[in-house]
Amino acid sequence: MSENHEFGAFGGRHVPEPMQEPLAQLADAFETVAKTDEFREEFRSILSTYAGRPTPIYHAENLSERYGAEIYLKREDLLHGGAHKINNAVGQALMAEKAGKSRIIAETGAGQHGTATAMVGALFDLDTEIYMGAKDVERQRMNVFRMRLMGAEVNEVTRGGAGLADAVDAALEDFVENVDDTHYLVGSVVGPDPFPRMVREFQSVIGREAREQFLERTGELPDAAVACVGGGSNAIGLFHAFRDDDVAFYGGEGGGEGSDSDRHAAPLDDGHEDVIHGMKTRVIDDDTEVHSVSAGLDYPGVGPEHAMFREMGRAEYRAITDDEALAAFRALSEDEGIIPALETAHGLAMAKRVAEETDHETILVNLSGRGDKDMETAAEQFDLS
Amino acid sequence: MGLERVFADGPAFVPYVAAGDPSYEESLEYVEALERGGADVIELGLPFSEPIAEGSTIQEAVVRSLEAGMTPDRYFEFVEDLDVDVPLVCMTYYNLVAQYTNDETGERGPRAFAERAAEVGIEGFVVVDLPAEEAGPLREACDEFGLDLVFIIAPTTKGDRLEQMREHVSGYVYVQARLGVTGAREDVSDQTEESLARVADWDVPKAVGFGIKTGEHAERIVAAGADGIIVGSALVDIIAAGADGEYPFTETAQRLESKARELKEGALAGAEKRAATEQSD
Repeated sequence: MSENHEFGAFGGRHVPEPMQEPLAQLADAFETVAKTDEFREEFRSILSTYAGRPTPIYHAENLSERYGAEIYLKREDLLHGGAHKINNAVGQALMAEKAGKSRIIAETGAGQHGTATAMVGALFDLDTEIYMGAKDVERQRMNVFRMRLMGAEVNEVTRGGAGLADAVDAALEDFVENVDDTHYLVGSVVGPDPFPRMVREFQSVIGREAREQFLERTGELPDAAVACVGGGSNAIGLFHAFRDDDVAFYGGEGGGEGSDSDRHAAPLDDGHEDVIHGMKTRVIDDDTEVHSVSAGLDYPGVGPEHAMFREMGRAEYRAITDDEALAAFRALSEDEGIIPALETAHGLAMAKRVAEETDHETILVNLSGRGDKDMETAAEQFDLS
Repeated sequence: MGLERVFADGPAFVPYVAAGDPSYEESLEYVEALERGGADVIELGLPFSEPIAEGSTIQEAVVRSLEAGMTPDRYFEFVEDLDVDVPLVCMTYYNLVAQYTNDETGERGPRAFAERAAEVGIEGFVVVDLPAEEAGPLREACDEFGLDLVFIIAPTTKGDRLEQMREHVSGYVYVQARLGVTGAREDVSDQTEESLARVADWDVPKAVGFGIKTGEHAERIVAAGADGIIVGSALVDIIAAGADGEYPFTETAQRLESKARELKEGALAGAEKRAATEQSD
């Protein structure tokens, strides 16, 4: 079971016995199906004709001036659906189809992954059910409407904190109950093996493209690669291609009211090692209430590979407060005419810190999603009405 | 001889409840009522805030218990306060085992957890999310303190995992009668015999669980070859109704006791049926 331990002391398959065999089968399918040339070609083709790849990198000169370093944006916000989530959704739906499953389920926080899943559910003609915390249904209504319009059933989760972690629990239970015909389309690099490495495989297209584009554009690699980290799929997707390069990695977590407060979602900055949702990783402490202004980062754990990167010192992670994220959200909108997702704004705020606190001159930021879905929050925060 | 002894004199009835559900004091009474009703071993849940693959019945029990203030340390006090003679098995998640810290010595992890459990009189563990291949440290701790480590086998368990469990298991093996999440069912699975066949040559007793709700279910499962029956949700449903105010606390205890008796008698009837079949063969 060496594949269970590819993230050092983290990761694994910490699930009840009934889930072991389905996950083992999924891992086999991933190794045998998803790594063939035929699969990769089909995947590439759908991403290109349906999802809008490749996405450009954009030199944000106005923002660069504001932050004091050369900021380049990998424009994942331009993808179909408005976020990087579609990369993974297409990959996994393709796997579900090859495995003969008739139904896909997913959890969603901000609704971005749920929307991406609803899209591929329609595209591949699979029954689709989305689990979403009641708290998030309330603050992300547009995405709920989008999912329903595309034919997905949205299941409102009211238990526990009615947030992303509770939606994951509900989806895992559905998966256990219906494993014969159902594929659980996990939205981030979290959960039991093989999900973290599977989602990484499908998201790593981001970094592969960006690396090539950056080299072509500047003749060099960036000094630093920066992304927001909730579960951490857009960050892993960006980092993976640069893992053996002399490129520093920085992740901005949902810092809520600050990592020294008791309301945040920053387990890498302020947490401990723990087992959650089938994986060993870092989790926020028990006396911390999971909170972030961004629904997509509002998660108590993090992908095991990030926990490993942190321990190895390969990447640095910081809690970005709600206020810092909102300032970056506004800055990008005003300077570049690009409204980022609130999640993504944490990556931008992290880039600002990197620009201020380090001597990195070129910073590549994963602009993982667009902010249309966050306009109600923005209208409230910035008094826009 | 550890937990195996309770299966020696006929089929064992193994109830599960979450400790501290819906409150510490009520829960003490309920566990004692189960013993009066004929429990042979009690699986006493130590609630974890992020359970996986539990149906709503158990999930809600876990929430009630946690909201009433249950913690690992409080759990061990609870076990000390319990006035029962039957063996107790701690059913929990690995998170709580790995994070457990002995306040006096500062030791943290499976050994500290097992030491404290043994001290209060726990005789074994079921750790639902502990993969057999990672069970080494807890198995060693169990050996050191004379505890049993029970594993759950699912209808899909096979190959290396089945062999690893066989290597690590002691006390009894928990044979899950069907796939899915926990919860009482109107009907029990027909997969019982198949599941039992896969562990037929294991040298530990086989207790079957998942979905057993009535004495009639218990009878069929034991007649099919089980050495014991494990029942959780059907009992927790009674506690839940009591917690909702459907009947007073004393009646909840009585209902638990009579449900326990029904299940135990069902198991005994199943054993007679099996003996009769075996004789006629």
